[in-house]
Order: sequence, then C-alpha cells, then structure tokens
Amino acid sequence: MKVKLKVRRSDPEKAAVGYSQYTIDAPEHTTLLDALIQVREYEDGTLALRCSCRSAICGSCSMRVDGRARLACRAKIIALTRGDEEHEVTVEPMGNMPVIKDLVVDMESFWSKIRQVDPYLQPEGPEPEGEYRVPNESMIDLTHTMNCIMCGACVSDCTVLEVDKNFIAPAALAKAYRFAADPRDGHSHERLEKLSEYSGIWDCTRCNMCVEVCPKGVAPMDRILQLREMAIEEKISGNSGVRHTNIFTKSITDGGRLNEVWMVPGSVGIFNIPRMMKEIPGALRMLRVGKLPVGQAIPPGAPGSHKMKGMDRVRNLVRKAATLKPSKPKVKSDD
Amino acid sequence: MTDLKYAFWPGCVSKGAAPELYVSTKRVAGMLGIELVELDQAACTGAGVIQEQNPELADALNARTFAMAQQLGLPLMNICSTCQGIESMVQDKLAKKPAYLEKINAILADEGLHYTPGLAIKNFLWILVEDFGLDRLRSMVKRPLAGMRIGPFYGCYILRPSEILGKDEHPDRDKYLEMVIDAVGATPVEYSGAKKCCGFPLLTINRENSLKQAGNHIHEAQDLGADALVSPCPLCHLNLDAQQPAAKAVTHYDIDLPIIHLPQMIGLALGVEPKELRLDRHVVSTKKLLAKLPAPAAVAVG
Repeated sequence: MKVKLKVRRSDPEKAAVGYSQYTIDAPEHTTLLDALIQVREYEDGTLALRCSCRSAICGSCSMRVDGRARLACRAKIIALTRGDEEHEVTVEPMGNMPVIKDLVVDMESFWSKIRQVDPYLQPEGPEPEGEYRVPNESMIDLTHTMNCIMCGACVSDCTVLEVDKNFIAPAALAKAYRFAADPRDGHSHERLEKLSEYSGIWDCTRCNMCVEVCPKGVAPMDRILQLREMAIEEKISGNSGVRHTNIFTKSITDGGRLNEVWMVPGSVGIFNIPRMMKEIPGALRMLRVGKLPVGQAIPPGAPGSHKMKGMDRVRNLVRKAATLKPSKPKVKSDD
Repeated sequence: MTDLKYAFWPGCVSKGAAPELYVSTKRVAGMLGIELVELDQAACTGAGVIQEQNPELADALNARTFAMAQQLGLPLMNICSTCQGIESMVQDKLAKKPAYLEKINAILADEGLHYTPGLAIKNFLWILVEDFGLDRLRSMVKRPLAGMRIGPFYGCYILRPSEILGKDEHPDRDKYLEMVIDAVGATPVEYSGAKKCCGFPLLTINRENSLKQAGNHIHEAQDLGADALVSPCPLCHLNLDAQQPAAKAVTHYDIDLPIIHLPQMIGLALGVEPKELRLDRHVVSTKKLLAKLPAPAAVAVG
C-alpha cells in the first residue's frame, strides 16, 4: 500500500524547523515504525528517531502521531489512515520535552521526576525470615503500574505540564503510587505527604489525556486519584485539593447538587483574604449577568442551605453507601 | 420520523451558574421535537471529585440516576461533557462488577429503583448527530450562520477515555462538533486546544495553571480567526467565559472571545432570538459575534 508521511524535522545545527514529506510503498501490515525505518534506510538517511525492540516493550519509539503520543511500533498504518492511502500521517516528536533532533527528544526531565518520587521499595522494621508475604489482591492492583515501560507518552501529552514545567506529571505519579500502595513499603505516609505538596497529586487537572495515550494500560490519572484517596485517608490536609474535595462532597451529601458559590471559599479557605480578593472581581462580573447562583448563598451543611427536591432519599443512599467501601488489605506480616 | 424522547439529566451547572444552558436546551429541544422528561430528583454525578474520597458513593449516586431513567423506560440525555464521562465510566465499572452492582441495587431498592446495565447515555451533541441526524438539522436551519468562524471546544470527558465512550461503535465522536458547526452553516476553526483541558478542575486548586490553560486555548483560537468557541460542556464554559477576564490578566494575552453553549448555537441557526437563548447573559459579550448574524428580515425562506 501507499504510505504518505509528513515528518517534523529539526536540526540543532540549523535554525530552521519544518516538515519533510515522504511517500513510500509498504506492505498492508506495516507499522509506523517500519515505515519510518524504511524512509531512513532508503529515502533519507538524515532522519533521526529512537527505536529498539519493535515490540512495544522497550518504550523507545514514542512520538506524536496525528496529534497524539503513540509508540510508533504499535501503530499500524492501516489503522491510522483507516485504509485511506491519501491520508498523510503527521509524525512529530513528543511534546513537553526539548527536541534534540527530528523525532528524538531529551528525556532528562522525565527521568529526574521519576527519581524525585524515590522509585524503590523502602520497607520498615526487621526483614522477614523468608520472603515478604502480601495479599494477592494488593499486588494485582499494582500490576497496572508495573506495566509502565517509561515511554514518556503520558508526559508528552500532559495538559498541565504544558503550562507548568514543575508538575511532577503522570509517569512519576503513577510510579509513586506503585510504591505508596505496596503493602511492603514502610514510608507510605511520608510519600503521600511529599506528593501532596505543590506540583504534586492535587495539581493534576484530571483531563484523562494520560489514560488515553498510555500504550500499556497504566492509566496514570486513575493512579493519581487513588493517591488522592489515600492522602485523604491518611488525613493529610491543609491544601486546597483536599479542601475542594471535602466541600464538594459535603455540598452533594447536604443538598444533592453542587453548591457552586461555596466551591471557591470552601477550597481556598474563606479567611485566605489575599486569595479571596482575587475572586471578587470575577464574582461581581458573574453577579452582574446573573451567573452567580444567589440561591446557594448559604454554605452546605448550615441551616437553610439549598437542597434539591427529594433530598431525604439521597441522604438515605449516602448513609447506606458507606457499607460499600471495601476493606483494604494492609497485611504485611507472615501470619 | 422517529420520536425522540429522553430522560433528561440537566446537571448541576445548568441549574446554577449557567442558567442560559438550561433555558436554551429546553427551547431548542422543543423546536427539534425532542421530548425531555427531566430527572428533577437525580443528584450530582460527583464530577470526578467525590470519586477522590468516596468512589462508592459516586457509583451509587449515578446508578440511582440510571435507574430513574430506566424506570421511565427512556435513554438518558445529559448536557455536560463531564457528566457524560463520569456516567460512562460508572456504567462501565458497574457492568464489569455484577456483585458490586447487586449491593448498590440493594440500596436503590429502598426507593423502588433498580439498575440493569445497558442504558443508553448520551450527551446532546451525540444525540444531534446519531439520533436526530445532521441532514435533518440542516433542513431545519432558518438562519445559516454563514460568515461565523467557530472553534469547537469539546471538554475532556466527552472524548476520553475513548475506549469507554463508544469509540468502536462511533469512531467519529471526536469530530461531531466540527460536523455540527458545519451543519448550521458556520465554518469550524481548527486549533490545537480544541480537545485539551479548559483548566476548570484546577481553578480552586491552582488558579494560575487553570487560567493559563483557558487563556492559551482562547488566544490560539482567536489568533486563528475564531469569532467564538462552542462547547457541549458548561464547566468549560465557566472557565472560558466567566474566567476569561482573569485568564487575560494572568496570560497577558489580548483576548476577547465569546464562548457559547452548543444549544445556543443551534438555536441561533433555527432562528431563535439571541435574547431568548440568553446570549446577553455571558461574562464575555457576544455582541461582536451576533453582529455577524444575518438580519432576520433577510431570512424569509428557510
């Protein structure tokens, strides 16, 4: 089949950045990586790319394909083009990392953030005689994150990293979960404290981009949400993230639907005067056009707060839903 | 012509900070002959926030809403990308965990409710394309929005994770907004922010980052000639419209771009007066955009 490629080019020795277009003939089952290697071997030896295993195991060949990060070796041309030979596949280097040349990026920031979360087991207390014994289900839960091949796809497309280079970002946070949730680890609480600081778990915007682009089902954002749940259980508070989830949940368990008026004061802290001052012009603008729901002026939980119709039924459900929580396996002894 | 009737979950925001979404949805649905039975006792989906501390509660709240729709024997319609994503995620989880669902159903039984997996849950955008049909919509357009350049803004949860949002059955769901913009006679603007995050979930947690996200997308679309952005998500609307002046201050971009709700755009094309769609109740004025509307007198024939 005919394969049309449009590849982003850049060379550190030349200022110009642009695209090169290639049309090659390749078998139907060809992957994007096969096609790029064919280009490099037979069309243009100057094309730079990283690859090794060709089997979606080494994680070397991540790149942006038609706007989203993928492993080139796992992307079949026929699927990318939906069989349309005129569809030109656009290939670019990963985002959020500086480009070295063409499709090769500098992953130093990726690795330094992985190192930042202490990605190794830190058991506490005397070592057991034999091996550590842990409940099966807790390890099954961790297999998601163990599948990570460090390809960088999630970091490439992370929407928070685009506006904040300090964000620890999905790969390292998923890795942090792998150890914080390991029943053998003795420093879970300290890890969660550190991860709850600025640029950590609460700075994820929950856009699902990392879940979408991860080729290995690690679903980093889901792991970040699990870390948040753990941090709340460990009573690590004092940040807007925890306050936000608290006021939000209270708003629903009290009134059934969201009390939008109290989200900001409830999250940033109503006595956080400098921060509240920043919100006043916006609130006034909303008030002026009728977008500030004044019916929600009373805070959730206070007498007279706004409640939706049939709230007693919701309250019953809230009470009974507490019985749905699974008991978590935290055993780490030999017994 | 098939009857279109849905159990209608309005979401929290259309009943709070974005009343214009509720009003325009009802108005437009009526004109299209889409019958809506509002679930006025359904509770919030949790928006992914309750899920951070109590996923089981969020599952139960959503199962309850699904069961209410099933009690009516109707598919469920939402008007919020976040609601769509959360509802689809919960639906997927409950379908995979029958024993867990049984426990939830035991609680729902108190209200005489029961949820059986398999409910159709659709955002208004999906309904327009898949159930109503774009040809039918085109035939009803009384005032083509020719001359308007409109950028799509999807909202994360109507797109991702695509695996549980019907990618296999409906592979073009990530193109529907462009298709609808085209169907009402406007020109879709292509820009890289269309499928990214508006930043709203971070607003109370990291204001700077949240406003930078919003500001960047607005700036990019405006730079590429957009007259407005249209979104099927009221949360995106809040960050892009209500927070736009704040985003302007943080990013220092010279931005002034109207942000409209999907049903407002449809309503304009169907000939509804902007005031009836409450286009005068936005933080960012829609006047510049509306100046491009063809004069009503010029549209005698549909």
